[in-house]
Amino acid sequence: MPRIKINGVLIKVAENTSVAAAVMNADLASRVSVSMEPRGPLCGMGICFECRVTVNGVRHERGCLLKVVEGMQVSTDAV
Amino acid sequence: MTSDVVVVGGGIVGAACAKAFLKQGLSVTIVERDLIGGGATAAGMGHIVVMDDSEAQFALTKRSIELWDELVATMPDEVEYERSGTLWVAANERELRAVEPKLEYYLERGVEAELLDGRQLYEAEPGLKPGMAGGFLVPGDAVIYAPCAAAWLNRGARVIRAEVAEVDDGEVLLSSGERLSCQSLIVATGAWATELFSRLPVKPRKGHLAITDRYPGAVRHQLIELGYLKSAHGNSTESVAFNVQPRKTGQLLIGSSRQFGVEHSRVEPHMISKMLARAVEYIPALADMSVIRTWTGFRAATPDKLPIVGLCPGYERTWLATGHEGLGITTSMGTAELLVDLIQGRAGVLQADDFGAERFPHCRV
Amino acid sequence: MRYDTIVVGAGPAGLAAARAARRSGNTTLVLDDNWGPGGQIWRGREGLDVDGVELQFSRQLEDVPSDAGQVILATGARELFLPFPGWTLPHVVGAGGLQALVKQGLNVRGKRVVVAGSGPLLLAVAANLSKAGAAVVLVAEQTPWEKVARFAMQLWRWPSKVFEGLRLGSSKYRAGLWPVEAVSGGVVMSDGVRYECDYLACGFGLVPNLELPMLAGCAIENGFVKVNRHQQTSVQCVYAVGELTGIGGVEKAEAEGEAAGSGKVVRGDHGLFVRMLADTFQLREELRKLARPETIVCRCEDVPLSRLGGCLNKREAKLQTRCGMGPCQGRVCGPALEFLYGWPADRVRPPAFPVTVRRLIDG
Repeated sequence: MPRIKINGVLIKVAENTSVAAAVMNADLASRVSVSMEPRGPLCGMGICFECRVTVNGVRHERGCLLKVVEGMQVSTDAV
Repeated sequence: MTSDVVVVGGGIVGAACAKAFLKQGLSVTIVERDLIGGGATAAGMGHIVVMDDSEAQFALTKRSIELWDELVATMPDEVEYERSGTLWVAANERELRAVEPKLEYYLERGVEAELLDGRQLYEAEPGLKPGMAGGFLVPGDAVIYAPCAAAWLNRGARVIRAEVAEVDDGEVLLSSGERLSCQSLIVATGAWATELFSRLPVKPRKGHLAITDRYPGAVRHQLIELGYLKSAHGNSTESVAFNVQPRKTGQLLIGSSRQFGVEHSRVEPHMISKMLARAVEYIPALADMSVIRTWTGFRAATPDKLPIVGLCPGYERTWLATGHEGLGITTSMGTAELLVDLIQGRAGVLQADDFGAERFPHCRV
Repeated sequence: MRYDTIVVGAGPAGLAAARAARRSGNTTLVLDDNWGPGGQIWRGREGLDVDGVELQFSRQLEDVPSDAGQVILATGARELFLPFPGWTLPHVVGAGGLQALVKQGLNVRGKRVVVAGSGPLLLAVAANLSKAGAAVVLVAEQTPWEKVARFAMQLWRWPSKVFEGLRLGSSKYRAGLWPVEAVSGGVVMSDGVRYECDYLACGFGLVPNLELPMLAGCAIENGFVKVNRHQQTSVQCVYAVGELTGIGGVEKAEAEGEAAGSGKVVRGDHGLFVRMLADTFQLREELRKLARPETIVCRCEDVPLSRLGGCLNKREAKLQTRCGMGPCQGRVCGPALEFLYGWPADRVRPPAFPVTVRRLIDG
């Protein structure tokens, strides 16, 4: 079971979990919109861009298209 | 008469003209075949900038900025006016030395400017690739969101969505067969000026742009390489020059490119590649940024890099306002003021002879 | 390396196309943006390899591939989202969207879910959510009961059309019901009742992913890629299969994929089923009036409905309000605006999906 950090907090995640699902399981919103609304994934398939998070320092990654990998550092907007 | 003034072309130049005539208490009709602010106005960077290719160009851009400044207080939010200044980057000592006479030139003519040495350059823009020599900062330059500016400037004018088939003296024939007449007809159709006046030396000059996702703080000023002037004011078939603008949204608008002789508006991957490669030479961090969209637009280019503003040769009530190349947003204001002055017989700040069509021998009647 | 056939999309249509192309002796490559095959409907399913065909994952194309003798576009469909008050709250997710997230590891054990919107997908989603341990509180179909019943009675024509969990007798399934406002902790439905739920899984049908066909210049007719019975589009060497040519489910997708890959004419006539689906689940008028002036329509740029009404078309809305200028390039707001105002689809600008500057430099 890969262990990752979301906003600095260490979390154990099941195999084959997407970053988006991991963020939702941790009860977090992925991002904050232009008018400061917290947002989470809508489409689950990479077209809505609501699940964007920063992964290993790279901004604007769509969490629903990324599988969680041991050691990943994920940060959401809301921090 | 349809109205006192009819303006053909609803881009930024047409809109600025509309506003200037409305301010004189005249009635204005705008004829636009597609969307207000939908041509080069939408495709470009919305940069309001002083440029010094010639005395005339400097005078036109300087006066235009003064006129833009007068409007700032009344601009609605969606125009997104921001006085972010322009920072011209000198990549090496040679370029920095060449900028010294430029500083004198600006200061002599009353435009605030400042030379930055290497340390000051990186303080202003830490994201620049190491090893650059310095810069030339023009704090009075600004950025707006041009399509909304065009719509705002038009307020009070009547807008007709139609295609113009023919232009006559103080009169246009629409494709529908309807005729519009006026006291003064202004033709501001940008890169398509030759559709109505085939002898005008206006050629479409294609440009590409790319915009990134949001990276607030990555770039703080509009950054342009000094070599931009060579690209813009040169005549080569294909050239790129580094030009990046941070938008209020935190997105980075990346340009610039110029091509002659390409008629289609399709994005050309090799131009995007060249343009972005040049940009990364100045801001290395761009390489990893996410580009969400690319597009193209056509500037209206003239042989001497100055717009054609003045009476249309052979007419008494039809006026031209075209050929603004990459300075349309800026110089729309100066253009409008010059036209109002010419029509009302007033001498203004600008020299009419610099901009009249008669300066081109083959345009004389 | 040049391939005889490149297939874009590893869902039912794409996999069938790849299999058929390989069987006809073509060197074949399949590209998909997900991390595994199956597209949406077969997400997570095992055993989807195609003998002798390379499947490349996490490959999202910014433009149509040009280095192949034949390009078969099988990019499928996405959900149609409609704006309504509260739809941007984080507990509101697509119907297919929530199902996809569950298959990606979202834990819904013990969570209460309202499934709403339109189409047979809702029932499949409800069944999958139940299997994952969620408590499905309600399945609300906007189409009136009579139309759903008529549709169900026609299904005998297609004996192999198995709609998972199609138990219309279930008390949880209600027709003629739709969400009017999502609120913290629940949703208010059109019957005036507030249902408590942890998630509202809401999608109003499917729309084809036309971005790549449009970038390729394929002719679009009535909102779908125009093809002949060999699945050829109007562009030389470009084929389109599956939901791209009409929303019609797995069988149509497989038959069309087979045709494109083999060079034969498509088996069977799927037109009737496509029409029945479209007619049955047509969106009702009331859904046009759900959004309030302050309801956000473009989620990328937070553009509210009030700024859009005065615009002429999508392009004007884009220029004047930034609606559609975000990274999704109008994939979410576009179909909604088409439903609300009749504005036809605007083409996306390249890249079809965001790509790094480095990628665009390297070409």
